Amino acid sequence: MKTFKGRVIAPGEVKAEALVSHGGLNTLASFQKALQFGDKKATCGDQNNKDLYGKQMAGKALCLPQTIGSTTGGLVLYCACSMGRQPACMLFSNPIDSLAGAGVILADVWLEGDQTKMPVIDSLGEEFLNYVKDGMTITIKDGGVVEVE
Amino acid sequence: MKLTKEQQAILDGSQGKTMAKVLESVIRYGELFGAEKLVPVTSKYNHLVTSFGLKALGPVYDLMGKLIEDGVVSQQKFSCDPRPLDKKVPKNFLQNLIFNKFMYSKQDFYEGQLEKLGLLDKDAFTCTCYMDEVGNKPNKGEVLSWAESSAVVYANSVLGARCNRNSGIMDIMGSIVGFVPYFGLVTDEGRKANWVIEIKTTKKPEAQLLGSAIGMKVMEDVPYVVGLDKWLGNELNDEVCTYLKDFGAATASNGAVGLYHIENLTPEAVELGKKLVNKDAKVYVIDDAELQRVYDSYPVIWKNKDAKPKLCFMGCPHMSYQQLVSWTEKLEKGLQESGNKKVLIPTVFTASPGVLKKFEQTEYAQKLKSMGVIVSYICPLMYMNNPLCGKMPVITSSNKLRTYTTARYYTDDEILLQLTKGGKN
Repeated sequence: MKTFKGRVIAPGEVKAEALVSHGGLNTLASFQKALQFGDKKATCGDQNNKDLYGKQMAGKALCLPQTIGSTTGGLVLYCACSMGRQPACMLFSNPIDSLAGAGVILADVWLEGDQTKMPVIDSLGEEFLNYVKDGMTITIKDGGVVEVE
Repeated sequence: MKLTKEQQAILDGSQGKTMAKVLESVIRYGELFGAEKLVPVTSKYNHLVTSFGLKALGPVYDLMGKLIEDGVVSQQKFSCDPRPLDKKVPKNFLQNLIFNKFMYSKQDFYEGQLEKLGLLDKDAFTCTCYMDEVGNKPNKGEVLSWAESSAVVYANSVLGARCNRNSGIMDIMGSIVGFVPYFGLVTDEGRKANWVIEIKTTKKPEAQLLGSAIGMKVMEDVPYVVGLDKWLGNELNDEVCTYLKDFGAATASNGAVGLYHIENLTPEAVELGKKLVNKDAKVYVIDDAELQRVYDSYPVIWKNKDAKPKLCFMGCPHMSYQQLVSWTEKLEKGLQESGNKKVLIPTVFTASPGVLKKFEQTEYAQKLKSMGVIVSYICPLMYMNNPLCGKMPVITSSNKLRTYTTARYYTDDEILLQLTKGGKN
């Protein structure tokens, strides 16, 4: 087991299975099909993301460097949270980007109910993304502590 | 974050709970990026990235509905990104069904919401709101709350306005409350370059290819481009602004660039020159070989890589008037040379309603139509953003469209060859 520490963007404690994207997550391309066609598993639809394409994102501990792509990214993330199809948590190795940051804040401010929550931690460092692998168990604890085993 | 008395009062509920939440969103967003204060939005108009009534975005319409219901609407009128649908653009039966019954079934409803929220007028749908024909052109130094990436990079770089790469919804939040967080590209320090790009090509580089190369290299950093004025000159005329529109969109979509400086050309570079470059800036040299390397790196993700193109989209971002005229002339010449009367691939040129109105009053419009080209106000990206288009061999010279969809990129000259001579020289 290894422990990492980052900055808390949206608080919460959670335990979930890791899903790792080594490249940036294109939020619109990844979530659009799932939101459009009622896929509760939020299967990643981004053909350009070899790590995630075709994999379930909902309920997973999504580990990534940052999000990329259309500036609709934040509102897509907001919609995923509102519809209960968001990852269990998002763990960024880099400081969070402005699009994901906006989506996370909007969801935290405007949505109510436990089913819309998504703890988010950023600045976990490059080593975090090198260490974590698909299927590992992630536990988020207080104060931005992330356990990976 | 340090708030003024007025801002603190709003946060405490002086203008109602909904307005307080709008301000809280803006404050917390700024705090993520170290903003210590909010600054007033000073542009005359806003611009929103969310123009499409995509059924999947139900929660966005709920949120907009809440703002309207509580009377928390924008102090500014706004333009909006392009509409996703136009009857003139070719579609098969299945596409028609999916577009109208499933994907964009909320379009009319959402446009009704936009009108209530402050839409400029029914034709204010374009990603190039800064064109003179549209009229949402901010002045140098004005602070914006925009989100559309190609418009943000143009406004920052070519017009000298100040705007971060915001997300959709956050754009309207800043406009409603009248403040944006002071960080990144809104600050003097955030507008300094941490890359110097040296252009050493033997001919004028293709705008979309050069922008792509720079975007992929610098990502979200600010590049200071040296040597491009040799090819573009020192005047921001229509042709140069069109070049910079396409160049910027490629930097923003292939990377995450929100501002670039072109030495001796863009306003801040003319004013401040190399004072804009940070001491530890990295250097990226671009020559003909580097552009070729970038071009060759683009994956072709069509199912059949040798398929005959079924559609050509030009205008992502929307074409300028100058671009429509120059393409009409190029196509006319190319078809004359090949002995063909019409373009060999169904082709759609997209531009803002304002630009199209001006264009349609000229003789060029009839010429273009007679060559078989359709003009439309549609968003090509939204047209292609569905499972059916994944199988469709579409070509484009837009690096933004290439990045977000399965469209295949060709340079402008190659597109011309495809349209007039079937790709053979």
